[in-house]
Amino acid sequence: MYGRKVKLRFFFVLSVLFILAFSAFLILKSLEENVIYFQSPSEIKSLSEIEKKKIRVGGMVKGGSISIQATDLKFVITDFKNEINVVYSGAIPNLFEEGKGVVAEGFLKDKNFFLATKILAKHDENYMPPEVKAAIEEK
Amino acid sequence: MASLIGSYSLILGFCCSLIIFFFSVRNFKSPKRFDYKILSFTFLQLFFVIVSFVGLIISFINSDFSNETVFNHSHTTKPLFYKISGTWGNHEGSLLLWLLVLTLFIFLFLIKSKKQPNNYRILTSMFQQIIIIGFFIFLIKTSNPFSYIFPIPNEGLGLNPILQDPALAIHPPILYLGYVGSSIIFSSALAATTLNFISKDWAKHIKVWVLISWIFLTLGILLGSIWAYYELGWGGFWFWDPVENVSLMPWLALTTLLHCILALEKRLILTSWVIILSIATFTLSMCGTFLVRSGILNSVHTFANDPERGLFILIFLFSLVFLSLFIFFFFHKNENNNNSFFWLSKESSILVNNWFMMYFLSVVLVGTIYPIFLEVITSEKISVGPPFYNKLIIPFLIPFLLSMAIGPKLKWIKSEIQNKMYLVLFLFISFFISFIIIKNLDINFLINSILLTSSFYLFFITLRDFFIKGYQNLSQNLAHFGFSLLILSILFNNIYSTEVITNLKVGQTFKSKSLIIDFQSIDKKNEKNFQAIIGKFKIKELDNETIILNPELRVYNQPNIITSEADIKTNLLKDRFITMNLVSNQDYFNIRYQDKPFMIWIWLSVLLISFAGLMSLLKKRYEN
Repeated sequence: MYGRKVKLRFFFVLSVLFILAFSAFLILKSLEENVIYFQSPSEIKSLSEIEKKKIRVGGMVKGGSISIQATDLKFVITDFKNEINVVYSGAIPNLFEEGKGVVAEGFLKDKNFFLATKILAKHDENYMPPEVKAAIEEK
Repeated sequence: MASLIGSYSLILGFCCSLIIFFFSVRNFKSPKRFDYKILSFTFLQLFFVIVSFVGLIISFINSDFSNETVFNHSHTTKPLFYKISGTWGNHEGSLLLWLLVLTLFIFLFLIKSKKQPNNYRILTSMFQQIIIIGFFIFLIKTSNPFSYIFPIPNEGLGLNPILQDPALAIHPPILYLGYVGSSIIFSSALAATTLNFISKDWAKHIKVWVLISWIFLTLGILLGSIWAYYELGWGGFWFWDPVENVSLMPWLALTTLLHCILALEKRLILTSWVIILSIATFTLSMCGTFLVRSGILNSVHTFANDPERGLFILIFLFSLVFLSLFIFFFFHKNENNNNSFFWLSKESSILVNNWFMMYFLSVVLVGTIYPIFLEVITSEKISVGPPFYNKLIIPFLIPFLLSMAIGPKLKWIKSEIQNKMYLVLFLFISFFISFIIIKNLDINFLINSILLTSSFYLFFITLRDFFIKGYQNLSQNLAHFGFSLLILSILFNNIYSTEVITNLKVGQTFKSKSLIIDFQSIDKKNEKNFQAIIGKFKIKELDNETIILNPELRVYNQPNIITSEADIKTNLLKDRFITMNLVSNQDYFNIRYQDKPFMIWIWLSVLLISFAGLMSLLKKRYEN
């Protein structure tokens, strides 16, 4: 027979291990559900199926493509190879301009149509999403 | 001229480091008498770093564009205040500030620790000098703030306008006092471990330093948060942005450390926790610097994307971690004599607090690091949004809050709960109040009511203690009270916030059931370094008086950036917050109007928490 103290310690170690495993499980599971992937218009074009999950699309706002009404804003995101139409209603950041970089978060309706729920502000006038930069350098 | 002096005194400061290190090693071999040369040279080093820092400030004030840092981050039309704050609003200058705080703290430490044994003081100074030498090399080698450019440009590139703000001007120094203040905890914990000096006296002595950096870290985070609220127009107080997370992680570690130190001071337990947390706090601060400075995180704080800088910090960080782990495993003798815990005692409640805090810390750590990790391995770009944190943190806040209410009531070693009646009674009262509040709202009943119940519970229990216990444990009680107030304000803020986002032309009116926004006119105004477009909005809420709000758009000339200045009407019950944005080449303005209840209480409760820290610090002083 083991002593009471040993049993207690064994129980303690076991519960610590259990708690650690449990929190690791929670974190990983939640991570899986709440991760938002970043995609460029070209990557979206090459998708085999449209996912229902929230994604981010990044690229440049195409020149002359912004049109605005009382409730919503329409524009086109391009990476100079492919482009995608975006409809958005919500707060517009300061540096949202034609010919400048933009990252939009939202849901894909089909390969040409993106319903944005958020436009991300970048606080540097020279900022360009890395994918866009790569796309421009390739040209 | 100022640049030149600054540059040379930086090198002299570096030489001092080497001299101090040499004297420390010599003195450590025969530590009968403390070698006052160490103290003198530490003072000299501090002096040189101050001269260098002042030199940089003077270069900024004089707009000396032969200095590359000044050229990159200043402009002649900038107001004097922002010329000065521009000194630490960039990578090079802020690192010089790091160095200044590092040297300041070791100097203060040496002065204040005269009662401590000589070898402990010398060893602490040695460890601190290792960190200082690392930063000197980093600064001089990869990011010298005094680089010279020729031909001398006529005009600078200007400071990013969103950094031209009073809260942000003082945010970096305050935050750094907290961040870098933890370096002294790190050094002395390592020294104490090596010398097997960890004792109740040591806990008492190091507690002061823990409190100081904790207070500054709390205030620094608060300032950054307030700034993001009104300047970035994000309209909230916390966004789980990676840059915010890297400041929260050291805070979580430091707060845990603060609680462990109490246990160490009273009962000489949890020594391993204290050492590991001291190491973790400073490592996380360094880690934050690395993530922010290397350009891995894209944010307002990313000044330059220079891989060399990132690599240097990373290598330095790993060597420090390796050194400290080595010391921990080889020198730390865990005396297992009084390690038994009775399940109901103050120390076990502190242990429970530790585990919760470590859980929160790992959630934040995973959420911040994982995207970077994944990008390096699979080159897939992802981001982790607020739902991740909310889902993982909120449920665990409930037991956390409850144990925060009960824990301080327990006695050391072995305790029983007395007066069970009122504890149960308060729980029922809290639940009743929460039930009434939540009942009529269209939100998830279960989680919200339980969360509200537990925060009300903490609120009432701590409130009762103010009257019952009076001055006994006042600072602890105040801090816990502040935390309950913080959680309550956050909850009410979340539940009752409303928002309207719409696009309006000048003269148009937005109408909804409870709100009328009348966009009356715009005005133009020319300032020294920007042109302002000021909107005039008449806002009428059904149950409220009419108010006029004047949000601004600022078009800065150098660099050419538009920022929007929110206009906020604050009272004790709620903030009314409006921002406007111009969509280029269009007549429409994008208007965002928010009703944010209890916003000011979020700031006030954090202030209260840090004030409690200050009280504990002062109490400590007059007790001695």
